[in-house]
Amino acid sequence: MKNGLQNPRAGYEAPAGVTHGKDAEQAEIYTLLSGIEQRYGYDFTHYSPASLKRRLERALAQTGLTRFTDLLARLLRDEACFDAFLETMSVTVTEMFRDPAFYRAVREHVVPVLRTYPFVKIWHAGCATGEEVYSMALLLHEEAFLDRVRIYATDFNKHSLDTAAEGVYSARQMAAYEANYREAGGKGDFSEYYSPGYGRAKIKDFLKERTTFSYHNLVTDGVFGEMNLICCRNVLIYFDKTLQDSVLYKFSESLRHGGFLCLGNKESLNFTAVKPLFAAVDKKERIYRKCGAPYAV
Amino acid sequence: MRYEAVVIGVSAGGIEALKVILPALPAAFPLPVAIVQHRNRRSDGFLASYLDHISAIAVREAEDKEPLLPGHAYLAPAGYHLLVEAGPSFSLSNEGHVNYSCPSVDVLFESAADVFGASLIGIVLTGANADGARGLKDIKDKGGIAIVQNPESAQAPAMPQAALAATRADFVAGLEQIAPLLVRLSSVNFREAYGTNG
Repeated sequence: MKNGLQNPRAGYEAPAGVTHGKDAEQAEIYTLLSGIEQRYGYDFTHYSPASLKRRLERALAQTGLTRFTDLLARLLRDEACFDAFLETMSVTVTEMFRDPAFYRAVREHVVPVLRTYPFVKIWHAGCATGEEVYSMALLLHEEAFLDRVRIYATDFNKHSLDTAAEGVYSARQMAAYEANYREAGGKGDFSEYYSPGYGRAKIKDFLKERTTFSYHNLVTDGVFGEMNLICCRNVLIYFDKTLQDSVLYKFSESLRHGGFLCLGNKESLNFTAVKPLFAAVDKKERIYRKCGAPYAV
Repeated sequence: MRYEAVVIGVSAGGIEALKVILPALPAAFPLPVAIVQHRNRRSDGFLASYLDHISAIAVREAEDKEPLLPGHAYLAPAGYHLLVEAGPSFSLSNEGHVNYSCPSVDVLFESAADVFGASLIGIVLTGANADGARGLKDIKDKGGIAIVQNPESAQAPAMPQAALAATRADFVAGLEQIAPLLVRLSSVNFREAYGTNG
């Protein structure tokens, strides 16, 4: 079906021509996902099936069970088990100034526009453990207008949000991030941005003051209003096309006219329904701008 | 039943190997080819544009949700797993290493075997690790064709050896033989033509 938005179950329809063995496994996975949605309200039915299946298999292996239906039975009754399951389901791979060239492009294309505004609102959707949020805050500090910015950083993983809000990372990691920072066009002394101690590094308060971390589920929760910039990197790759379109519409609704949308290095609007609503600012670094074209769908 | 796709896994020595195979495929090669080449996370798109330049088929890095087209070869982007979804189209993921690798050959092979079943051709080439062995077995178990580069001709024999230890290959071939074999397989079903079950 062309417009999957009308069919909330399109992601887990069995593809044409699958064998019966495959149908049974898909049916088990679908049963698991709908049970989770009923019980906990988390909807994974429109995640990309192939990578979702790998994570589900990992979650299954961690419980020592062998069937998805047994896993569902346990998850329905055991909230602690669901907590652990959610950890496995959310991808938290991140780092400070991940993809340094992206941050150089932000300095070049985005900062000159944003700094002309009296007040700037940024939504960092799917912020995981916060490293990329602090990278942006640090960049805006160096560009001397962080005090006019409010960053809303959201995720559906509460443990990740706790880590993000705390802003404490391992000192060894910070050493590795320093190379990224330099490559990303860092203008200062990276070690000035955190306080070291006991093998840990705590992000300094002035980088946190303009940031609010809060729970938000991109699948089930609504729009965030009047944003000037939305950063959502390496999140959409885990969603199928239907869910990608629905989330991208949410982003479009949440952005002011001329607002920026930043995606991950290998994500693009090319295969999505919102393509006509955005103009590419930097194709390679996947930076787009809402151009206010009429809704095409 | 015709074959619908080719998946290739390759590691150390891979650029030399791909330089032999891809340029030997005709522009009208009717199947999509998806490739995992292990490489540094920071590598850029140079490898894809170089291979594209010397090949008749189009070679590029796969994008998320991009459909698989005949006569196109797609490389997994550095630092991302490449997976096949029903459609068929690609999806990407970077949820960590599998077999110490990202992209991982097993991740591509297993997801492709789920979608294509018996109409998939899997190829394991030169490499110094064991990635791809489990995936090739999965392809074979679902009725697809398993091709392994002759370890003696491989720059790094460990990966083809691990694949051969994991499953019985339909073909063990030298690099130069692989493209002609693919052209032949693209027009005839091996199991139907020869009544063999590997």
